[in-house]
Amino acid sequence: MIPMLLGITLVSFLVIHLAPGTPTELQTTMNPKASVEAQKRLRELYGLDQPLQVQYWEWLKRISRLDFGRSFSPDRRPVWDKIRERIGVTLGLNLLSLLIILTVALPLGVLAAQRAHSWFDKGTTLLVFFGFAMPSFWLALLLMLFFGVYLDWLPISGLTSLGFSHLSFWEKFRDLGAHVTLPVLGSAFLGLAGVSRYMRGSMLEVIGQDYIITARAKGLPERVVIFKHALRNALLPVITILGFSLPGLIGGSVIFETIFAIPGMGQLLWWAVMARDYPVVMGELVIVAFLTLLGNLLADLAYGLADPRIRMG
Amino acid sequence: MIMRISESWVRLWHNRLAISGLVLVLGLFAVALLARWLAPYDPDFIDLKQVLMPPSPAHLLGTDTLGRDVLSRIIFGARVSLLVGFVAVGIATLIGVLVGALAGYYGGVLDQILMRLVDLMLCFPTIFLILAVIAVLGPSIWNIMAVIGLTGWMGVARLVRAEFLSLREREFVVAARALGASDVRLIWRHLLPNALTPVMVSATLGVAGAILVESSLSFLGLGVQPPTPSWGNMLTMGKDNIEIAWWLSVFPGLAILVTVMSYNLLGEGIREAIDPRLRD
Repeated sequence: MIPMLLGITLVSFLVIHLAPGTPTELQTTMNPKASVEAQKRLRELYGLDQPLQVQYWEWLKRISRLDFGRSFSPDRRPVWDKIRERIGVTLGLNLLSLLIILTVALPLGVLAAQRAHSWFDKGTTLLVFFGFAMPSFWLALLLMLFFGVYLDWLPISGLTSLGFSHLSFWEKFRDLGAHVTLPVLGSAFLGLAGVSRYMRGSMLEVIGQDYIITARAKGLPERVVIFKHALRNALLPVITILGFSLPGLIGGSVIFETIFAIPGMGQLLWWAVMARDYPVVMGELVIVAFLTLLGNLLADLAYGLADPRIRMG
Repeated sequence: MIMRISESWVRLWHNRLAISGLVLVLGLFAVALLARWLAPYDPDFIDLKQVLMPPSPAHLLGTDTLGRDVLSRIIFGARVSLLVGFVAVGIATLIGVLVGALAGYYGGVLDQILMRLVDLMLCFPTIFLILAVIAVLGPSIWNIMAVIGLTGWMGVARLVRAEFLSLREREFVVAARALGASDVRLIWRHLLPNALTPVMVSATLGVAGAILVESSLSFLGLGVQPPTPSWGNMLTMGKDNIEIAWWLSVFPGLAILVTVMSYNLLGEGIREAIDPRLRD
């Protein structure tokens, strides 16, 4: 865990120092708006006159106190403040779509495996192929076009309507719900493909095992065989896959938040990259990798809970 | 070996989906190469009297906000997609094979270090890492090809390492080593050729992935820059005009979907042809 954390910071640090020349030069040659003052701030922030390892060490000490420096944008706010107020939105939306993925993909995978090679199975296979090939931003555009513009059912931008603060609790709930429906459905659809595919494969493998034949042979009803004997074992590899799919899910936030104008970490990163706001970019990179690491850790723990054989001592 | 390859070919040939993928992939190559002759209009020709025209016999897929023909731009966009897809995957495969081969062949500490590096890289959501690098290097078609390649090698590395680990102890390798073959010769002549088929599958699927990433970046304004037509940056215009011009949001995306799907079908087809057990 600790070496990984250090590694994450090292990679993030190197990414910014990847550029030929120093970041201050870049700032001036590529962004004419960068003032001499901004240059000086940048040099101070990274201690650019120091050797690289010293720079890294100093930066490491600072970020361990969650001090990522100040944004280059006109507001000059601390990077951590900017990220902190957006983290909840991004995590919330991703958890919501993870929830949808689980409630739809797992039954879908189980049913497809149970009726392997039926029409239902072929239909889901087709759906999965679409899911794998669908560009996320195009899906978002189509959702916008159909539900937002053509049917005019759902809002296509932002997290809340104008005058949100004057609404009652339930109206607020409805308004928020309407705004997040399209982005959450969009990112859930993409995750669906992978998870349902793995669930199907894992289930098919388990169904072929001897102990399932035994369970059937002793006359247990099919429902019990599938849901009690097979499903619990088939779920194990899926937990790992969920852990692996986290980076993709969070990565999708950049796309969905940018398109639907949602004030989350993804949108902030997009703005920061557009404006070459390096402190924000570095802060985002470190924090998002840290979140992914945390997610993987949780998946490992969940695996331990689900499988008594590998429970830690 | 010869026998196995020809058997695989026969299996591939009988997989209708894979063959349709192959035909589409070849068709796309033809479109990209013959773009100049296939496109009904000059993709950069601006006609301000024909702005935002819906699909019609004159402009089959309509025109954009500058009156440029959407169909012609989609046809030329195929060049960008294929170029980025192939160069990026080439870079990723090269790095992946190198890292995987070193880790799998030498094992031990080197393997430990390289595999931790792979784990580390996998902690970063690819798009975040790519965007960070773009923030430093600036968006251009060459930069995004390099960046997609540099952030996409981990899967191949794991694959090659796993193959090498199992091949390393096989008789023919042990025999070659006993005859005094050098490490380089062992890796290059004996191990690598036997690990190549899974690499081929992952490269085919990788092209699809790289095309998806390129189009996302271009859509975000951080990839291929206008006026060069790419399917991604065409969709940016679609988003900006979503309430008045549906055709700008629909057709370029369709091109991406079909392209990515045909590479996926072909890749899966090759995978199944090589290892028929995968067809459940």
